[in-house]
Amino acid sequence: MAQDFEFGGETFEVAGEAAIYWRAQDALLVSDLHLEKASAFALYGQMLPPYDSVSTLQDIAALCSTYSPARIISLGDNFHDDDGEHRLAEPAAALLVDLARETEWIWITGNHDRAVAGIWGGKAFDELILSGITLRHEALSGDPNPEISGHFHPKFRQVLRGRMVSRRCFVKTPRKMIMPAFGALTGGLDVQDMAILKACDLVSGEVAEALVATQTGYARFALNRAGTCAK
Amino acid sequence: MTRNWQHQGWNAGKLSGIKPVVILPPIILDWFAARGWQPRRHQLEMLDAARDGRHALLVAATGAGKTLAGFLPSLNDLIAHPSDGLHTLYISPLKALATDVRRNLLIPIEEMGLPIRVEARTGDTPSDRKARQRVKPPQILLTTPESLSLLLSHEDSAYMFAALKRVIVDEVHAFANGKRGDLLSLSLARLQMLAPELQRVALSATVADPGDYRAWLAPNGDIDQVRLVEGAAAAEPDLTILLPEGRVPWAGHSGQHAIPQLIEEIGRNTITLIFCNTRFLAEFIFQKLWDANEPKYAIGIHHGSLSVEARRKVEGAMAEGKLRALVCTSSLDLGVDWGNVDCVIQMGAPKGSSRLLQRIGRSNHRMDEPSKAILVPGNRFEYLEAQAAYDAVAEGVRDGESFRPGSYDVLAQHVMGIACAGPFDEAELLAEVQSALPYSALDAATFARVIAFIATGGYALKAYDRFKKLVKDPDNRWRLAHPQFAAQHRLNAGIIVDAPMLEIRFRNGRKLGKVEENFAATLSPGNCFTFAGMALEVESIKDLDLIVRAATKPATNIPSYMGARLPLTTHLAGRVRQMLTDRPGWARFPDEVREWLEMQAYRSQMPKAGQLLVETFPHDKRHYMVAYPFEGWNAHQSLGMLITRRMESRGLMPMGFVASDYALGVWSLKPITDPQPLFSADILADEFVDWVESSYLLKRAFREVAVISGLVERQHPGKRKTGRQVTFSTDLIYDVLRKYEPDHLLLQAAWADARARLTDVGRLGDLLDRAADTMLHVDLQRVSPLAVPLLVMIGRESVAQGSVDDALLMEAETLAGVAMTP
Repeated sequence: MAQDFEFGGETFEVAGEAAIYWRAQDALLVSDLHLEKASAFALYGQMLPPYDSVSTLQDIAALCSTYSPARIISLGDNFHDDDGEHRLAEPAAALLVDLARETEWIWITGNHDRAVAGIWGGKAFDELILSGITLRHEALSGDPNPEISGHFHPKFRQVLRGRMVSRRCFVKTPRKMIMPAFGALTGGLDVQDMAILKACDLVSGEVAEALVATQTGYARFALNRAGTCAK
Repeated sequence: MTRNWQHQGWNAGKLSGIKPVVILPPIILDWFAARGWQPRRHQLEMLDAARDGRHALLVAATGAGKTLAGFLPSLNDLIAHPSDGLHTLYISPLKALATDVRRNLLIPIEEMGLPIRVEARTGDTPSDRKARQRVKPPQILLTTPESLSLLLSHEDSAYMFAALKRVIVDEVHAFANGKRGDLLSLSLARLQMLAPELQRVALSATVADPGDYRAWLAPNGDIDQVRLVEGAAAAEPDLTILLPEGRVPWAGHSGQHAIPQLIEEIGRNTITLIFCNTRFLAEFIFQKLWDANEPKYAIGIHHGSLSVEARRKVEGAMAEGKLRALVCTSSLDLGVDWGNVDCVIQMGAPKGSSRLLQRIGRSNHRMDEPSKAILVPGNRFEYLEAQAAYDAVAEGVRDGESFRPGSYDVLAQHVMGIACAGPFDEAELLAEVQSALPYSALDAATFARVIAFIATGGYALKAYDRFKKLVKDPDNRWRLAHPQFAAQHRLNAGIIVDAPMLEIRFRNGRKLGKVEENFAATLSPGNCFTFAGMALEVESIKDLDLIVRAATKPATNIPSYMGARLPLTTHLAGRVRQMLTDRPGWARFPDEVREWLEMQAYRSQMPKAGQLLVETFPHDKRHYMVAYPFEGWNAHQSLGMLITRRMESRGLMPMGFVASDYALGVWSLKPITDPQPLFSADILADEFVDWVESSYLLKRAFREVAVISGLVERQHPGKRKTGRQVTFSTDLIYDVLRKYEPDHLLLQAAWADARARLTDVGRLGDLLDRAADTMLHVDLQRVSPLAVPLLVMIGRESVAQGSVDDALLMEAETLAGVAMTP
């Protein structure tokens, strides 16, 4: 299929703009949901629309109706801050309860939510290894094992034919896969940023590429070591 | 300094032949007399208005001594009744102008030996002086609309302004009908409440309808409360249209074909100002002049994206008479007057008669002598436009200004500022706000929504009731929930929201200016571009800095900036349409232009008065449709988007379109046999909403209202948020808000902006209304003469239609794929 790609000896499918579906594990992977980001800002007087959590969870629910995954794995920064899970309110709360009941919901904990209490269901792990692939929040330098992580919010930005095209993207190397942020109000970091390239942990001869989802599949762009996109 | 002074027009009073009326104190009359001057008629009339306790609007040409006319009543009053508190507030749209007037006002005060303190207060004023000004204000304070708004947000503002007698709004024509005008009109309403006897004065260049500005200035829009004072008419300008060897190019906007004549003209004058319509063209023309500058004249460049240091340096060189010519943009439409400019050149189309007159006024500030100005049209349509502007100037006709209802985002900022100053009663504040003309139609329900927006975001989902910014007192007055919100407000208030920009600087830290992020994204290390007249090579791009060095190879790239297009005014467009139908009038046109129009009449048709000409013809294996509405680029651009959408749904297979200020061209794989349904007015109902919502236009508008209204912060205490971060978050916020609360106040505000400014939907509507009954469709075998200037733009300025991001990504990916094949 046009959406398929191989990583760590397994087949994955690009699902929507910022999720992947792992067929062998029947798992939907998302990262950096940053639930309750708007209310975190409202605490300090910036009254952002209180619909970010419901929007994010509805997007997950929509993917669930396409793929009917047995489990959903959220790769950290699940809530925008430690207190976020206590602020989650209706109608988003009911949606999360439903999702966590209908699937096996797995929280990988991230730097924004060190202490997920799991009060909305699901199981929490620091990290997880499935079929030899490590799932963790932030890429670990020097780990030779295939690894899928989040944290950096990679975003592809390039002027194509005079038009700025800007879209969330995946970063893929032979051993590392970095997911884009899934949350409705999560911004992105330019995929060419040195921080992302460093996290790719490339050895000589290896190439990192950006995967950008489109309506019918995805486009691939090589990221060279100087941090510029090959055109 | 003295020279500046004279050119402000103070000396020309001798010519008015009017004996001074002895209402002025001897100290002022003596001062005039010592210079052999007399007060002018309009200066005395301003004194009359003040004595009669009336508000006043002074309309006068540049160089008529407007500034003095504004201040004389204040000096007069302060001499008669010395007082210590703040007496007069002077408000200028330009920070630099406030500094300049301060210099020019201080001289007479010093020379008369008056004990009057004059100080400036802008964003650049050091904070210790700002604090002192609030405790011990000067008698005359010079400031900007933004700084005044901030002053009013302080708890002690009631005390500070209690004894205020006069407020003088300078250059009111330049900003009254925009968002800064909205903000100032609200501040004026506040000031009038704090000081009920306050006299409002506005100074304006000549405008089409002074009544609009009297109403804007008046409390409650009551025009009769504002006396109109008119200055003597300036001498007619000496205006010419430059046609090198009778040539007018088919295409282009720069006027670069006239470069040799420009060099000659610079040699003939002491100082020449060369106005360009965009920053891009200013850099381009500067480059071309420099290449052709055999006589080695000192030529400078000035535009709004240069660093403040670079601009001050050029302005200094101008003041010292070190430059022979200065290439500039609208950055010099207002501001410092250099008396020794004796020629103004307008490159490309003038776009409007008012702006042209304003620019002409930059030259020769002696009112009795004509200003010399030269128009250099870039192409044949621009020639017609230049001729239309020439006629308008000769007849002294200005463009009409359109006034629009005040923006909600500005109102939210103002109300938050008021809340910072102290508790308020909702009904009382509504009455005060309604006394500002832009908000006179505001109803209580909408005002309640604005307050709810400030308090909790104003969402249908009541999620933030426990985080309220505003709470109600037991006595039913709104007050700030926490003082930290006042500090936050003062850091974020302001009306100007820049596009995301990168700072250009050398490695040693010297700043050159700014380019937009979208341009910077096209650059990689080693690329060269021209900026501030220099060829620069990119060393590296770090966060928001573009580090450059002097280029060793020639640079072909010039930065362009969004929103840089001045639309052709309705007034000039009407004149151009009229000129096309007036065949005998073509006799005065140069041969090239006349033959072009005659060939058009022969090969196709010329529209009659009121007709909209639409031509269809095959060309190069495609089918073209070209319409000539003359409604300006914005309206044509919008129409192009809408028409190609409609063509798409009707299976006509459109491939692209191109728009200019004069015409719109669309091409497709299938021929258009009947253009009428494509121009039907229902396109505004059916396709318009859909298109605007999915386009970048509304996101750009939303970004601005989100910042102005205070929904997102411009900066945090101690750390300025970058333009890039703001862009990310407001686009995402827009998407969420549009999905879950499409009727939210801020989306309404963004829509209002998108309609008024970005799509020119009013003119688009007029065009479509006209099209219904007056379309003249001509089907041709080949391209018409009138269509040629538009068709040669294709490839350079055409726009791919539809949502093409996916296609662009797939195309780019294929390239990368080839490059990546092992």
